[in-house]
Amino acid sequence: MTQTTSSGEGLGETTYAELREIAARYPEARSGLLPMLHLVQSVEGRITPEGIEACADILDISAADVSGVATFYTMYKRKPVGDYHVGVCTNTLCAVMGGDEIFSRLKDHLDVGNDETTDRRPGDRASVTLEHLECNAACDYAPVMMVNWEFMDNMTPSSATQLVDDLRAGAEVHSTRGPRVVTWREAARGLAGFPDGLADEGPSAGPPSLVGLGIARERGWTAPVAPREHHQDPGLDRADPARAVPQGRGQEMAAAQESDDSVVESAMVEEKSGTTTTAAEKGDAS
Amino acid sequence: MTDTLTPVLTDDWDAERSWTLATYEGRGGYDALRKALAMAPDDIIAAVKDSGLRGRGGAGFPTGMKWGFIPQDAATEAGAKPKYLVVNADESEPGTCKDTPLLMATPHTLVEGVIISSFAIRAHTAFIYIRGEVLHVIRRVQAAVAEAYAAGHLGTDIHGSGYDLDVVVHAGAGAYICGEETALLEGLEGRRGQPRLRPPFPAVAGLYASPTVINNVESIASVPSIIGNGAAWFASMGTEKSKGFGIFSLSGHVTRPGQYEAPLGITLRELIDLAGGMRAGHELKFWTPGGSSTPLLTHEHLDVPLDFEGVAGVGSMLGTRALQLFDETTCVVRAVLRWTEFYKHESCGKCTPCREGTWWLVQTLARLENGEGQESDLEMLLDQCENILGRSFCALADGATSPISSSIAFFRDEYLAHLSHGGCPFDPAASTLFETAGASA
Repeated sequence: MTQTTSSGEGLGETTYAELREIAARYPEARSGLLPMLHLVQSVEGRITPEGIEACADILDISAADVSGVATFYTMYKRKPVGDYHVGVCTNTLCAVMGGDEIFSRLKDHLDVGNDETTDRRPGDRASVTLEHLECNAACDYAPVMMVNWEFMDNMTPSSATQLVDDLRAGAEVHSTRGPRVVTWREAARGLAGFPDGLADEGPSAGPPSLVGLGIARERGWTAPVAPREHHQDPGLDRADPARAVPQGRGQEMAAAQESDDSVVESAMVEEKSGTTTTAAEKGDAS
Repeated sequence: MTDTLTPVLTDDWDAERSWTLATYEGRGGYDALRKALAMAPDDIIAAVKDSGLRGRGGAGFPTGMKWGFIPQDAATEAGAKPKYLVVNADESEPGTCKDTPLLMATPHTLVEGVIISSFAIRAHTAFIYIRGEVLHVIRRVQAAVAEAYAAGHLGTDIHGSGYDLDVVVHAGAGAYICGEETALLEGLEGRRGQPRLRPPFPAVAGLYASPTVINNVESIASVPSIIGNGAAWFASMGTEKSKGFGIFSLSGHVTRPGQYEAPLGITLRELIDLAGGMRAGHELKFWTPGGSSTPLLTHEHLDVPLDFEGVAGVGSMLGTRALQLFDETTCVVRAVLRWTEFYKHESCGKCTPCREGTWWLVQTLARLENGEGQESDLEMLLDQCENILGRSFCALADGATSPISSSIAFFRDEYLAHLSHGGCPFDPAASTLFETAGASA
């Protein structure tokens, strides 16, 4: 287990070399800054002034520029994080399903507030930092918690208190859909793009991810069977789409193509007006 | 026609070690890539256009058309620059949880899509921008990219085609706003994630001021099936203007929450039936069709076709098909306040109406939730929304107003009940999953 204290050994030659290695992955070095800051956290336990200087030095930008980035993103921490970062989703859906109750129970149980770290009591092998989180893209597993950004699905107040007790005691804790959880610093190294070899741990998917597929299997439902004929002649498929479907579908296709114009028109308006009522996805206009 | 559920992207999720190259190739994976490499890039773009695929990240912009905007004439300034493909895997719209299981279960579907799409737009570098808060997803995608290199699907002269492509997996660092495509580009350039003014659009001046396509994970992951099975196959599913299949994510007070892949146009009533109904003894009260930025709907809208036009027709948006379902135990004011706090927290601060407006929305809503406001606060909220909507660079601010204005339209009485009750009349314990076990759970 790595130490929770920050700095200490400082950024050695190895770290400098790895920071340069990250920058070199990109056509323009500055693109490496986010993963570089993840690496700083894995070495220093937080974003330190020395880490900021190192990034600025390597990227040939000012320390103020690096600080500006480090303070924008919530995963970067200015004060030391415990061995385990324990997050509780309190965005609306998880909150309603029990996240609020879990978060409140954990604050009491650990005697810390949001974004605070437990002391190590005698006998503890690790410290935990508690933080409430925004939606972590696992709503079908609500209420959701994260330990060092690994999924802990379908939590209850009692499984949550057991979880943090186990973490503090140094017991083996596995993510619901991943490996035995690594320390926060080790996790940060993975985010920096240095794989830890654990990709093969855990299942393909948890039960909610498979529920629709299971029903389809049970009832024999599938997507339409794809035409196989043009597999010998790959280049021709697109030349005549009507070939790929039974006769009669051709007209449908033509109608669809005509109607596409209006879709396209409205989509153009949508794209161009960027800031009108097309909120839906705060943008992933993809 | 088609069956009720149409697993395509989800079809391999139950395979043994589904995330590995061996499993993926054993089930026909990378066949579409070989087919694509024998095609002219423009023909791939045409096939995606013909399929009718529209962006699965929420906005629904036709994917093939977006690709067609990339300038390819090397005699022009923009056309002479390198082109980039950027996959938006910054899944963080509240309620949205479809890309994460896909990346965890079958990352190669995305990687194959990235290679075909990059080849089509003539990009030689592609980026997969994954939110940082999903470590195991990042591990699986990193591993898939490494396997693809080792198998010769990536790198130089891919399968003897003469085509070169490098893929960089990039982890974000916690910022909802980076799901907005221009903020994402800022993050990918190592800057604070603040949206850019458009135009210029990314297709002309995106990453490094070069022509860039930014697509959602599910959009790109759909491409191999379109190339492999044909545009007409894809277009045979879905509705007139919303072709194909999509992953519908059910969460909340439903018996079997989870992922249901179906043709666009399926209804919530059908999906809830498949999911075993609402949780026993309870009824649907309100829901989001596509995340918290899409205006709320109610039980009146159970039969609305879940396609772009159908949902727009009832004043909301299909968004990401993030169906968050809440039953009658849920206080809509509490739900909306919490979403509003989220938008306030995630506002990047660039535009005043969003930065200041979301702050004021929280103040006003919190007072109402505590029973301390007055009826005229509802008009004030609507007025605030009007002053925010359409007045910022990006759609985050617009999204912040959606739950407020829609909930006031449908549940005005519930807001007023907070005033007459002197606080929230609901018991929050009743809406939790462990309500029966009470405080001892």
